[in-house]
Amino acid sequence: MSSNRQAAAANPWRAPVLFAVLAILFVLEGTVRNGMFSGSWNTSLAILNMGLISAITALGVNMQWGYAGLFNTGVVGFLAIGGLAPVLVSLPPVEGAWAAGGPRLIGALLAGLGTLALAKIVYTRTGRIGAMALVLLAGFVAYRWLFDPAVLAIEANDSARTGNIGGLGLPILLSWLVGGAFAAAAAWGVGKVALGLRSDYLAIATLGIGEIIVAVLRNEDWLARGVKNIAAIPRPVPYETDLQQNPAFVDFAARWGFGTAEASGIWVKLCYMSLFLAVLLGIILLAELALKSPWGRMMRAIRDNETAAEAMGKDVTARHLQVFVLGSAVIGIAGAMMITLDGLMAPTSFNPLRYTFLIWVMVIVGGSGNNWGSVLGAVLIWFLWIKAEVWGPNLIGVLVGPLPDGDIKAHLLGSAPHMRFIAMGLVLLLVLRFAPRGLVPEK
Amino acid sequence: MDILNALVAFLNFVFIPAAAYGAQLALGALGVTLIYAILRFSNFAHGDTMAFGTAITILVTWGLQSLGVSLGPLPTALLALPVGIAATALLVLATDRAVYRFYRAQKAAPIIFVMASVGVMFVMNGLTRLLIGVDEQRFDDGARFIIAVRDFREWSGLAEGLALRSTQALTLVVTVIVCAALFWFLNRTKSGKAMRAYSDNEDLALLSGIDPERVVRLTWIIAAALMTVAGVLYGLDKSFRPFNYFQILLPIFAAAIVGGLGNPIGAIAGGFLVAFSEVAVTYPWVKVAGYLFPDWQPGGLLQLLGTEYKFAVSFVILIVVLLFRPTGLFRGKSV
Repeated sequence: MSSNRQAAAANPWRAPVLFAVLAILFVLEGTVRNGMFSGSWNTSLAILNMGLISAITALGVNMQWGYAGLFNTGVVGFLAIGGLAPVLVSLPPVEGAWAAGGPRLIGALLAGLGTLALAKIVYTRTGRIGAMALVLLAGFVAYRWLFDPAVLAIEANDSARTGNIGGLGLPILLSWLVGGAFAAAAAWGVGKVALGLRSDYLAIATLGIGEIIVAVLRNEDWLARGVKNIAAIPRPVPYETDLQQNPAFVDFAARWGFGTAEASGIWVKLCYMSLFLAVLLGIILLAELALKSPWGRMMRAIRDNETAAEAMGKDVTARHLQVFVLGSAVIGIAGAMMITLDGLMAPTSFNPLRYTFLIWVMVIVGGSGNNWGSVLGAVLIWFLWIKAEVWGPNLIGVLVGPLPDGDIKAHLLGSAPHMRFIAMGLVLLLVLRFAPRGLVPEK
Repeated sequence: MDILNALVAFLNFVFIPAAAYGAQLALGALGVTLIYAILRFSNFAHGDTMAFGTAITILVTWGLQSLGVSLGPLPTALLALPVGIAATALLVLATDRAVYRFYRAQKAAPIIFVMASVGVMFVMNGLTRLLIGVDEQRFDDGARFIIAVRDFREWSGLAEGLALRSTQALTLVVTVIVCAALFWFLNRTKSGKAMRAYSDNEDLALLSGIDPERVVRLTWIIAAALMTVAGVLYGLDKSFRPFNYFQILLPIFAAAIVGGLGNPIGAIAGGFLVAFSEVAVTYPWVKVAGYLFPDWQPGGLLQLLGTEYKFAVSFVILIVVLLFRPTGLFRGKSV
């Protein structure tokens, strides 16, 4: 990192100008209808909302990378485990599920955690690997003995409609915090093991935990119905159909010159946008305050020269663990928000290229170490990623226009959607090489 | 107690599949470990480069098949393999020139290299999608079985059948040949010794007149060959789906770290260790137990973990190694 930092100060107008350009892009998307833009405010706001969630994810990644130089390749897993929170917290309880095996299930999970803790204690007290292995084996048998019947009973409970443990019926906004807590707990486990070793080990270990969390969501039907998905997750904002039947809203829409259906969509998306903006600004405020505090100066000192910071008596590994957990918690909050926005928990959609590595492109392009840069990079890259789906084929269509019709032309046209992976890779490589400080450099 | 049938069931369902899978992982881990030893970073683009090499090989295989060329009982892909290796070698050399060489000159931190390899991964992934799409492809031809279940039953008179697919045997044979050639190269040739010297101590190697860029080029060419061979063997044995090649990254890293990053023998041992643990943990042992203890009626399948969690096995192995022996079983490069 330190070798990439140049002395020249950035132009103070740079960030505002770039944000203005971004705003113009969204206004164009909302108003102009041509080959490049859709001219629909619904589309524009939908892209913006997902962009804001990406921005919060990018803020979490930026805390880990920009403040501490930690490379987290399991972003998709932390998003997914955060997304589990709305399902477990806010869905209405499933009738009979708790009675079928709830207490036994909790017992099994406690037994599993207890086994790990006990194994750790046994190992630190006696120093014998054999004794620890025995504890683990006994714990595993106990865990399976408790776990398997409970899961069978829960999944058998009305399996066509539910078959999962169900939620607590609590407010959905609360689940966003719980999502952060889930992700923080997972991050603590991984960080405890992989931090303090070589820097790539954390990258590899987080890659693993990411895949495992997604695999658990996909296969544990009792948890969130696995690949059968969970729809109709409660919303913090009104439903479109309710708005359309509300005469006051119909009048209001007519006064602005919108059709009722279009206006209800826009209204719902604006509500989401305000919520997301509030969360985003709150997190930025906290992050900026933290960065300016003695804690932030210490983090930067550690990042820029670990050896020197260690010599000054800073516990580098403990600080890394702290910031890794904090960053993951932010990613978890974003995951819960994303599932709330979609109203759907579909584990098959968690693709690492889209949810881990694209977020990385956002952070690097925006300017690692700078919170506003991450936000800018996230919304911009998300906009381009979505629009590339439209622009790519159009561009290829123009390019291959002169070619004679045939297999090659058809193949090129068909492969246009894949071009955006190459484009994103190139963007990442080019920024990393030629502008390593990103669009909005760290001050 | 029926030891013979139990043994055959074990060989058929655990030993043979795990050995073939282990060989594929070992080849992949060898590539990771070589790149780590010379270039000193974990290459996240490894899986997608494997997919690229395999995609080229598949395309050439289809071309050969449409021309009517075949190798008889062996898969045609073996003929196409050199083309795949050459294309992959050219691609990784170009990548090194365009991406990694700049950071090498800068002496950038390893994590910057890792980040750059993520960018390369995106590009490789896109290239593979462009070439062949995201769907599953099968490209094995030639003889299917060396030992078929029915023949084995008739020959041995046992209730349990044994199958040895030709791709599995081929995987093992090719792996032995490739490893022998690699170790001969590293230990006996001047270039191989230069590579080991460079890996042990860069400055000393420079002082004794070793050209670092040549060593790096050689490493990439060897790694490209290893990646393509591993990818093609994996594709022949299972089937080719680009996303699987991204997912295999985790077991490959686990194998390389278990053996000790930078240690070739460790990579091979690590590959087999990860593969055998994965298959042993996800295999339902109820059949083998039924032959060994006919009177015992176990309640379940005696499966420790569902097959969908096979990646958790490599992860757990990885965690255990990181906790107790971060340099790996065979003492790789520390820290």
